[in-house]
Amino acid sequence: MAPVLRFRRMCVEPVKFSLGVGAEALINSNNKDQHLSSAAAAADLSSRDGKKERRKAGKEWRCVDWCCWMIGCTCTTWWLLLLLFNSLPASLPGFPLPEPPGVKLKREGLKPLHPVVLIPGIVTGGLELWEGRPCADGLFRKRLWAGSFTEIFKRPLCWLEHMSLDNETGLDPPGIRVRAVPGLVAADYFAPGYFVWAVLIENLARIGYEGKNMHMTAYDWRLSFQNTEVRDQSLSRLKSKIELMVKTNNNKRVVVVPHSMGVLYFLHFLKWVEAPPPIGGGGGPGWCAKHIKAIMNIGPTFLGVPKVVSGIFSAEAKDVAFARAMAPGVLDYDILGLQTLEHVMRVVRTWDSIMSLLPKGGEAIWGNLDWSPEEGYNCDTMKKHLKGSLREEFGPTNSSDGKLGFRVEETVHYGRLISFGKTASQLPSSELLTVNYEELSQAGAARKTKSSCGEIWTEYDEIDRESIRAVAEKKVYTARTILDLLRFVAPKTMRRADAHFSHGIADNLDEPKYSHYKYWSNPLETKLPDAPDMEIYSLYGVGIPTERSYVYKLSPSDRCKSIPFRIDSSADGSDSGCLKSGVYFVDGDESVPVLSAGFMCAKGWRGRTRFNPSGMATFVREYRHKPPANLLEGRGLESGAHVDIMGNVALIEDIMRVAAGATGIELGGDRIYSDILKMSERIKIRL
Amino acid sequence: MSFLRRRKGSDPPKKSEPSDEIPTDKIEPEDDDDKEKKRRRPDEEKKKAKWSCVDTCCWFIGLICSTWWLLLFIYNAMPASFPQYVTEAITGPMPDPPGVKLHKEGLSAKHPVVFVPGIVTGGLELWEGHQCADGLFRKRLWGGSFGEIYKRPLCWVEHLSLDNETGLDPSGIRVRPVTGLVAADYFAPGYFVWAVLIANLARIGYEEKTMYMAAYDWRLAFQNTEVRDQTLSRIKSNIELMVTTNNGKKVVVIPHSMGVLYFLHFMKWVEAPAPMGGGGGPNWCAQHIKAIMNIGGPFLGVPKAISGLFSSEAKDVAVARAIAPGVLDNDLFGIQTLKHVMRMTRTWDSTMSMIPKGGDTIWGGLDWSPEEGYECIYKKQKNNHSQVEAATEMEKVGSRPSRAKYGRIISFGKDVAETHSSEIERIEFRDAVKGNYMAHSNVSCGDVWTEYNEMGWGGITAVADYKVYTAGSVLDLLHFVAPRMMQRGDAHFSYGVADNLDDPKYEHYKYWSNPLETKLPNAPDMEIYSMYGVGIPTERSYVYKVSSSTECFIPFQIDTSAEGGNEDSCLQGGVYSVNGDETVPVLSAGFMCAKGWRGKTRFNPSGIPTYIREYDHAPPANFLEGRGTQSGAHVDIMGNFALIEDILRVAAGATGEDLGGDQVHSDIFKWSEKINLKL
Repeated sequence: MAPVLRFRRMCVEPVKFSLGVGAEALINSNNKDQHLSSAAAAADLSSRDGKKERRKAGKEWRCVDWCCWMIGCTCTTWWLLLLLFNSLPASLPGFPLPEPPGVKLKREGLKPLHPVVLIPGIVTGGLELWEGRPCADGLFRKRLWAGSFTEIFKRPLCWLEHMSLDNETGLDPPGIRVRAVPGLVAADYFAPGYFVWAVLIENLARIGYEGKNMHMTAYDWRLSFQNTEVRDQSLSRLKSKIELMVKTNNNKRVVVVPHSMGVLYFLHFLKWVEAPPPIGGGGGPGWCAKHIKAIMNIGPTFLGVPKVVSGIFSAEAKDVAFARAMAPGVLDYDILGLQTLEHVMRVVRTWDSIMSLLPKGGEAIWGNLDWSPEEGYNCDTMKKHLKGSLREEFGPTNSSDGKLGFRVEETVHYGRLISFGKTASQLPSSELLTVNYEELSQAGAARKTKSSCGEIWTEYDEIDRESIRAVAEKKVYTARTILDLLRFVAPKTMRRADAHFSHGIADNLDEPKYSHYKYWSNPLETKLPDAPDMEIYSLYGVGIPTERSYVYKLSPSDRCKSIPFRIDSSADGSDSGCLKSGVYFVDGDESVPVLSAGFMCAKGWRGRTRFNPSGMATFVREYRHKPPANLLEGRGLESGAHVDIMGNVALIEDIMRVAAGATGIELGGDRIYSDILKMSERIKIRL
Repeated sequence: MSFLRRRKGSDPPKKSEPSDEIPTDKIEPEDDDDKEKKRRRPDEEKKKAKWSCVDTCCWFIGLICSTWWLLLFIYNAMPASFPQYVTEAITGPMPDPPGVKLHKEGLSAKHPVVFVPGIVTGGLELWEGHQCADGLFRKRLWGGSFGEIYKRPLCWVEHLSLDNETGLDPSGIRVRPVTGLVAADYFAPGYFVWAVLIANLARIGYEEKTMYMAAYDWRLAFQNTEVRDQTLSRIKSNIELMVTTNNGKKVVVIPHSMGVLYFLHFMKWVEAPAPMGGGGGPNWCAQHIKAIMNIGGPFLGVPKAISGLFSSEAKDVAVARAIAPGVLDNDLFGIQTLKHVMRMTRTWDSTMSMIPKGGDTIWGGLDWSPEEGYECIYKKQKNNHSQVEAATEMEKVGSRPSRAKYGRIISFGKDVAETHSSEIERIEFRDAVKGNYMAHSNVSCGDVWTEYNEMGWGGITAVADYKVYTAGSVLDLLHFVAPRMMQRGDAHFSYGVADNLDDPKYEHYKYWSNPLETKLPNAPDMEIYSMYGVGIPTERSYVYKVSSSTECFIPFQIDTSAEGGNEDSCLQGGVYSVNGDETVPVLSAGFMCAKGWRGKTRFNPSGIPTYIREYDHAPPANFLEGRGTQSGAHVDIMGNFALIEDILRVAAGATGEDLGGDQVHSDIFKWSEKINLKL
């Protein structure tokens, strides 16, 4: 309180003195007169001294000075605290830090055995500039993505321009080369202090891992998978690195740890490496069996994520949740209105890799108008977690699918990925208009182009309002029809996507068309390699509400540069309902629903199926989310969230044990908290 | 004016102001009297006294901070091209960087490029450490900001040392090289090593997939980098990968400094059969390497390495010294610092790869040296004088009495360095009893261990009594003063000249990094360049004295009082210097390409073409140029535009002939001729 008052006083008082030297002289003489007349000589002396000082003070301690003083004080205190903090021992005696798993396992005698390959997912890998336009001068080999992101603020448009890819080819725009950062630094920290792989790396290092038996696969996560090979030879590099590591580590096969989209990238790699050149790596049919011990997928997006649909549709997804969390100002700021979102959309739509995350398997997996594998899921997650054993109790009600009529208000039609209006998302399908979705794609081909919309380009500008209204009138879109919708609203993007990815289910995997690379990243359209000794793990968090389907509305604004659709954030369900501000939630790790992460390992590949002809072992390991207990824990030691799970102690321990030679059975086989087995059972696909 | 007078003159309104504003500040409620004023004033004075010192400090700090931030802000808000604009305004238009120039000429990336960094310049990071290094996991101990030297110097020295017996990691410590281009692009913030070259290569289209930094732990013996980290295997695999992913285009290798020797070792290793070698077969080099462009290569070693190992006074760690002069030269710990450094550097086997090779044949004997007659006037040196001129000058110098006897790499006393060999009395030191009275004082010397503590006074005098050491006998000297270190050195390196290269013993890896004891691979299409700076005085031989201080110090010191007399003398501060790039004498950098490998010789059986490209040193014209674009200094040459242009052209497909063949400023050919070596 006191300093503030003083500050106020000093800031106001000097006004009198700041009137100029002449004024001060006057004041001085004035005061002198006064004192000569009224006070004794002694008093006069002291007062004169006082006056002098005061005059000096008046000159020196102005408002600016006070600011300086404040800043100085703050800085000094800050430095002092920093110094104290630095000289502090690593763990306070009062608060013993929990022992990292690396230390524990080292004491158990674990040693590095199998080399480890880390494959980062989308968004988390760093990108740096190698060649740019004049506006990016001085950024050579500086990070544009990940790191401090300062360039977003300093030159946002320039930054967006350099992050975009060419909308026709999906490769570099002319004159711009942005490349992935190589090495462990590529994705150890996303931003200063925000770890991604750093904790895992540190723990692996504690039992003896180092650069020679740990490799971070850096690839440009914006490109479609095959294009990373075409442009950067990333797949060849990965192959060569794995071969080298196997050779220099006494022929111990590698343990691969992909995260998020890295899972799909590695699926693609598995097929690529055994395929004959020129499109494949020419490793021959035994390559995987010879070089890979286990694939430990973290938060795998095997069957895609619904988030991406809304991301591509209206750029509102939290797929770029990371970016949002890190720089909320940029995306949500209203200075530019929705323009920011449109800029983002324009950039994101040039990133082919996003399209690999669209839901795969269509209605057979994700449900149709009336049915979805997750239906009956109780969104009151807290309650559910307290009684983990309740799963059995849910069983009877859920298994009787036909009798759900009496709960119709509560049953969520997850199958309807996008519904226009809350009612449309809840009506029984018989009341919905039957519409022909084919029309959409046809309409897309025959629409007019408008060129009045300035420099900000999104493909929405080319769609006239009537078609947009037509889109909304279709009311409901499922995982199958959503693709038609996207082909309609984003034809160029989807044209590239269709060349590189496929989202269906194969009828006959032996058909020769499936040797094309566009099927390689879809687990439902490829066979796993012939490697019966290999193990596939699916490690993911559960217990966090995860976006599953959306309620949309038409955007009120009619401006031509705006995105015409928006999530209807006013649509809310009941308190315990799964609908919150326009989004239906389901169990998952905040980004990936359990279904997508677990289905392949729980059913699709379990045992000897047509997708897994050699019958390699699969394991589902779930980690229940527990928010950090206190501030000291940072992002939590038992988190189940999509990225934070990389700091989950149990998960790290599992990975380290496998890297040190353990098998899935030794870890304890499956570890399941969610309803994944039940959900998988309900999915009827031929195996 | 009158308004002011009135306002100040009338008391009541004035007094009411402060009391309104500070109602709680312990100031009495308003009085009509002047008494109030008097009472208030002392109060205020007290307050002022309280502010005085601390507040002024705070104010000062605040002011500085604010100004700093303001400047920083302005600097950041400034367009990036501003500094260049200013420079151009002052010095006139700058030449285009070679990358831009050659890009305009239409050059584009063709051959993949491999960088092999030298000693000291590569970064090292911590992977496992002792308690004292907590929190430094994957932080750079070497390279970068060197913050840890100041914060915990002993801990730092401990972690950077290797095991004195094995030359590998001490138990519980793992320090590993940083990988990727970041390993050696900048040594410290703002101090480029490879960054300029990388940036220029990027301009003509190079990127990560076509550039590879062969980072290795430069402290280890070359073969040990393979044993511990499989570094050689990684380099092999990466080169193979780059060749296959770039349509079979062979790589251009650019080693710098000690990297030159490392790559020599690699070439022998890769073709040697497993398990000792890489098993690449006899044609590996021919199939994968287009050219080796050695920058400042110490092919035959550097004399600096000797003084470094002998008394750790060399400027071998010149870069480290330049960056952190306080640490090494500070008198805070006296010479203890040097001793710590010595203890640390003597565990680094790689420094022994740079001990002068070839003995007296190459480096000269007591009364002879290839460089004799060299005139140490560097201003003159820069003018291109013709052979004739140089010859006459040589005669002139020859008549001078104070002619430097470079062959004597170490002499005890200036007079000894100058007198004729027949006049020097030398007492054999090799069998001298080292004495052990210092063994007891080991304890009193604290935990700073160097092998000198075990040597004893007898040994020291014996060393000094031998008076003069040539390149041959200096090895014995090192064996005598540092037996354990040299034992490791002998297992990994060799310094002789081979009589018969077909002798099966030369298959051992310890000969691989000595160009005088190996044959180049069978690859007639390969090219070898030797690119180095000239025109800078470079250490060549030393005048030593026995240190006068107590036994806990290093017993020998360079006699800095030994001066040559006039300014043009080659002897300055106890060091005889010769032409070179500040670290590597011309002889070492140029001899192999000028003579040893020229044409088809026994060291170069397939007749690989060799080229010498010398770059005359020109110091930066002004402060704004930084470290100069025409520098010839050992590390700064990496920013030399002419050198970069040469590299870019070769990487884009040119041959040595296209570049113009040899480009020589020094007397290297004359000196090479004087060396009498069977070829």
